[in-house]
Amino acid sequence: MAHAGTLEIKNLNKQYTVKGEPLPVLENISLSIKPGEFVSIVGSSGCGKSTLLRLVIGLEQEYQGEILLDGKRIVGTSLDRGIVFQEHRLFPWLTVEQNVGVGLLNADLSPAQKKKTVDEHIALVGLKGFETAYPYQLSGGMSQRVAIARALVNRPEVLLLDEPFGALDALTRSHLQQELQRIWEAEGITAILVTHDVEEAVYLGDRVVVMQPRPGRIKRIVDVPLPRSRDRGSYAFSQIKDDVLSEFSDTPHSDVKLVTPQESLGANWQFAW
Amino acid sequence: MSDIAVSRHPLWWLHPAAVPKRLRGWVIPALLLLLWWAAFRFNWSDSALLVPISKVWQTAERLSSSGELWTALYASLRRDLAGFAIGTLVGLLVGAALGLSRLLEGLVGPTLNTLKQISLFAWIPLISMWFGLGDAAKVAFLSLAAFFPVVLNTFEGIRSVPPELIEAARVFGYRRDQILRRVVLPAALPSIFTGVYLALIYAWLATLGAEYLLTSGAGIGNLLTDGREHFWMDYVLLGIVIVGLVGFALNWIASRFEARLLRWRGHSTAQF
Repeated sequence: MAHAGTLEIKNLNKQYTVKGEPLPVLENISLSIKPGEFVSIVGSSGCGKSTLLRLVIGLEQEYQGEILLDGKRIVGTSLDRGIVFQEHRLFPWLTVEQNVGVGLLNADLSPAQKKKTVDEHIALVGLKGFETAYPYQLSGGMSQRVAIARALVNRPEVLLLDEPFGALDALTRSHLQQELQRIWEAEGITAILVTHDVEEAVYLGDRVVVMQPRPGRIKRIVDVPLPRSRDRGSYAFSQIKDDVLSEFSDTPHSDVKLVTPQESLGANWQFAW
Repeated sequence: MSDIAVSRHPLWWLHPAAVPKRLRGWVIPALLLLLWWAAFRFNWSDSALLVPISKVWQTAERLSSSGELWTALYASLRRDLAGFAIGTLVGLLVGAALGLSRLLEGLVGPTLNTLKQISLFAWIPLISMWFGLGDAAKVAFLSLAAFFPVVLNTFEGIRSVPPELIEAARVFGYRRDQILRRVVLPAALPSIFTGVYLALIYAWLATLGAEYLLTSGAGIGNLLTDGREHFWMDYVLLGIVIVGLVGFALNWIASRFEARLLRWRGHSTAQF
């Protein structure tokens, strides 16, 4: 099992320069994530949530403030951080097992160890039997499973997920959310999920960070003290979901709490597969 | 259930199942041969512009046993492959350099784009004045014919490598050389292959053009020229058949090669 990382973001500010003018994207973000914690970040588009992930993974390096993993400042990309993008970004010329192995090119392992860990991760995401398939032969959901295996193959301390299920159909999405929860529990890893799907954020997160746009700031952090696996149809789940959703409407927070349990159940009832 | 009892629809031969897929491409050549044969069998034509298949076959046998045919074919194929190899190699190098360096693209790109507008055959006078009418001139012309598709497609292929894939590789700490070898090269390979494939076709077309316009030495093109000048229809027809067969063979080799190299795409560019 991987060592889970502690991630600390302190007074993070990030700006782009557009036509000579500084454009703030992230403003004063501070967030402390415990080892093994699952944190969801929700926000409308343009709130800088993807930029935040790009900074943590190390694809962008210019910022003010501090991003610390286990107390050390993050510099560039590293095998101790893995990421799953919205698009699977598999290499179409490689098979499933080769794609998972892509992450191990610069890992300090013998070929036999690499083979073993690739096999383990293919099994972890439930793709045994598809080792020699090419990406064009896979469905969107299967491709994203491969992407998850690839992100985890180095046993990173932190797994970052940038709207990983955004492009999938509703059925596949809810199934993969369950799978992701199982994988996260099996690996005991720290995870940060960026999404615009509030239900997904509440279903998976120990905490849900609500961001607001222009510039991207943390508006509120909502705890999700529900046992796993969570029942999306339960009253408690709906309450938290409504609470988070209320941050996105102009309706005052107190009004949302007036919704009666019966109504809330009816309005949010859905199959719990 | 016997076949005899089944009355066939009068248009059964139009049904997709009437001709197996693998054989469909052979239908028209077979019909043409049949027509050619019938034209003499039933005396439809006594024009000197057409000779019987048997005459062409005899000529083929005669030229083949005398070695003339093989000399011509060898000479043509040798210069075809030499021109193809030189043009492709230079095209790959220049295309890769332009694709990887914005500076070089700015310096060389506009000139190259202007040069490619010039019809290939417009180079012939210049080439014949510089290189004469011999093999050197022909190979230079063929290299030029092969160069342009390779350089353009290699450049295009490298430029259109998805930046998302390069980012994915950076996440795994790939060094620049690893990104080039393991991401840029394979991602650009289909486009590069298209260029090389086109070069193979153009070089063979240009081989005939070169032999026809720079007439000296042996070659299939010279066989055709001789046939025309002496009004030997059998030579002309034999030449055309051989040109077609060689083109077909080159295409087949290319498609085999592609199937092996690019099987991850699940479809192919080279077709026949």
